[in-house]
Amino acid sequence: MKILVAIKRVVDYNVRVQVKPDGSGVATDGVKMSINPFDEIAIEEALRIKEQGKADEVVVVTIGSNDSQQQLRTAMAMGADRAILVESAGPVQPLQAAQVLLKVIEDEQPGLVITGKQAIDDDNNQTPQMLATLWNRPQATFASKVEFVGDNQLQVTREVDAGLETIQVELPAVVSTDLRLNEPRFVKLPDIMKAKKKPLDVKTMGDVLPDAQGVAIEVIQHESPQPRQKGVMVESVDELIEILKDKGLVS
Amino acid sequence: MSKVLILAEHNGSQINQSTAKVLTAAKQLNADAIDVVLFAGDAALASQVASLNGVNAVKFVQCADNHDQLAASIAPTVAELGKDYTHVWGPSTTFGKDVMPRVAALLGVNQVSDVMEVIDATTFKRPIYAGNAIITVKTDTAQIVATVRTASFAAEKAMDGSAAINESNLENAASHTTYVSLSSGNSDRPDLQTASKVISGGRGVGSEENFKIVYDLADKIGAATGASRAAVDAGYVPNDMQVGQTGKIIAPDLYMCFGISGAIQHLTGIKDAGTIVAINKDADAPIFEVADVGLVGDLFKIIPEMMEKL
Repeated sequence: MKILVAIKRVVDYNVRVQVKPDGSGVATDGVKMSINPFDEIAIEEALRIKEQGKADEVVVVTIGSNDSQQQLRTAMAMGADRAILVESAGPVQPLQAAQVLLKVIEDEQPGLVITGKQAIDDDNNQTPQMLATLWNRPQATFASKVEFVGDNQLQVTREVDAGLETIQVELPAVVSTDLRLNEPRFVKLPDIMKAKKKPLDVKTMGDVLPDAQGVAIEVIQHESPQPRQKGVMVESVDELIEILKDKGLVS
Repeated sequence: MSKVLILAEHNGSQINQSTAKVLTAAKQLNADAIDVVLFAGDAALASQVASLNGVNAVKFVQCADNHDQLAASIAPTVAELGKDYTHVWGPSTTFGKDVMPRVAALLGVNQVSDVMEVIDATTFKRPIYAGNAIITVKTDTAQIVATVRTASFAAEKAMDGSAAINESNLENAASHTTYVSLSSGNSDRPDLQTASKVISGGRGVGSEENFKIVYDLADKIGAATGASRAAVDAGYVPNDMQVGQTGKIIAPDLYMCFGISGAIQHLTGIKDAGTIVAINKDADAPIFEVADVGLVGDLFKIIPEMMEKL
């Protein structure tokens, strides 16, 4: 079985982004870029499934600028076998991303697609669900545990508001990862060297998806969030309780 | 003019407050009608929805075998019904996040995720980069599919409605997906997502056993209990207690946290709280920058003192 992992190049999660003064976007010049952390977990999960002997190839795909090759190389240094870049000049919204990924699925015929539950830049949390819908296959979102039942079913534990929900899906399926699914491995230097020789196929958006459907949501303005007002420091529990009582928060 | 269809959420016996919050947001669209679609096994839930103030009609779709919890089973019906509406909205809870993008894909539109402010019927504000930036977006597709950030809207509380209930049975239940089980760290305490008071503990609490004093204080003041990701990762508490960007985003009137340093990802989850109280032994902890009231000290001395004096 082949596993397809979809990843995204995003501003590193340790960077605190700043909105540009003119409200046209967030400042990304010279900012450290990384694989979306949820997608890194997706790569790790695919590699672990391959290491268990349940899959024989891990293909990683991304949609983005040419610079996204760096993240694909990192994914291959982690252990992915080959990579596909669908090059796009500008940002791509979830419905169109899902259409591109569907085309890649039609070419690659994976038995399983794993991707992060959301990208930490747009925080949309849509693409995996949309891909599963367009593909007409099951989805298991927010996965914290993935187990095979035989060769063509997965039992997936999902992190939901009420606790942990378990569902069973037939393969092929789309799994979206949550944080506690695994801890991604560190990349070693020799693996980085090896990854340079692994195949990386570059395609263009126009070639892959000449007839994109649906319109993009227009982004009018970016702004910084309202900061909370500075509070007070108290010296004792008595003072604290007095404030809470004054506000009617405790009796 | 606008016509809104809301996807209701429930736990099998109660309608989730997220439904009433989406209703509040939907009312700001100045819609001609707001209808609610409910997938459930129990008809009593439909009456609960029907009594919410401002609901015009309830489309109650009876489901067996927990298909009401499976996105692949219910999204086709939501999308089909949704064609008669200008807005198809759900909560930005794990339930809504699972289902609504499927609905959007079936309707051929991008979704507006996490609406935090309604500017007009086609213009909304939503957070990106974990709330470190807010964008204003506009979309005028035939259907606007969105999830509503529940922390940004107060729940509609009036239960004086008397909406008509139309019953039907679920068609197209997915055969490739089966519900197996739900395990929740259930307790008698209020639900973390909707509680008016929340007491949280972090890594500073130190162990699963030590969390007992946090629970005791919560019980004393009738609060729900939460935790930081560090406390969850350390195994002190179950994951459903996690507050933050990757856990629950909450907006209680009172949020009191002990031994939480205040990582950005945690702060994202509590930004909309009414009053934030932080107790930490490290005076330089970032949590004090956002706290309305801060107290530097040892939580193992402070909690017992509070128990005594409250």
